Amino acid sequence: MLLRDIALVCLADSVVGASFGAIAVSGGQPAWVPVAMSLLVFAGGAQFAALGVVLAGGNPFAAVAAGLVLNARHLPFGFAVADVFGTRLPVRLLGAHVVLDESVAFTLAQRDAARRRVAFWTCGLMLFVVWNIGVVIGVVAGRMIGDPAALGLDAASPVVLLALVLPSLREAGTLRAAVIGGVIALATAPLLPPGVPVALALLGLVAA
Amino acid sequence: MNLTAILVLAGGTYAFRAVGPVLRERFQPGERVRRLLSVAASVLLVALVATSALMAGHGFAGWARVAGVLVGGVLAWRRVPFLVVVLAAVAVTAGLRLLGVR
Repeated sequence: MLLRDIALVCLADSVVGASFGAIAVSGGQPAWVPVAMSLLVFAGGAQFAALGVVLAGGNPFAAVAAGLVLNARHLPFGFAVADVFGTRLPVRLLGAHVVLDESVAFTLAQRDAARRRVAFWTCGLMLFVVWNIGVVIGVVAGRMIGDPAALGLDAASPVVLLALVLPSLREAGTLRAAVIGGVIALATAPLLPPGVPVALALLGLVAA
Repeated sequence: MNLTAILVLAGGTYAFRAVGPVLRERFQPGERVRRLLSVAASVLLVALVATSALMAGHGFAGWARVAGVLVGGVLAWRRVPFLVVVLAAVAVTAGLRLLGVR
């Protein structure tokens, strides 16, 4: 049951990885950029966010800032699953790289310590492998696809982020802050350089 | 995207991830910090969804993309599996463009 669920999530994420690779190269990035981002950053939401800022013509460091604020959630995640790493430092340092939305969610859903360890490591390591394979496939395919717009690939990235964020919007304070932030971003997007409107959305936090 | 930017993003991301596993015996973040981080992530995600669904540069992205994202959003809200959500959104956008909707 657990392994089947993990396999389904891996399948879905490999498709998302492929769309990341395809969007990056068809947007004009060299092939090594999506591959290096996926190996080293290994966080889908932040990768799409950073790539989106760059493809929209924004400054790379605005892209990094957007990615880092998104990835700050891994800080509490790391504490939430810290019991699965055992006591050895090299294992902790390796495991830290596969602290992800998905691996944390699967781990927190398990009751006993042994199953938490199995869930974390299986999900984290399998996702690392299939995500990066997916990205390479996407890079290769993206070079053959002339026009990603014809395939609707530009809808993939907002939908991935939307599916990630929807569960958290069931909480009223978060929803309020997010709606205000979204309105600020949309209202300023026609006027300001790409990346800046998204950062301004953090003003919505005062309503949380 | 340049190599320096990727390395800064990767290093910062790894640092966020490693703090908990490495320091857990010595330190735990407070409830308020945790909540602020999680709400900030949600606010940013929604702003990214809104701008990337509706805008292309400084202009409107076109109805085909908006419709695809809306369909994906409704399916995700109804807890349809992630793979179906993404494929449906892409298919709606591609289909509308095939029909001449921009």
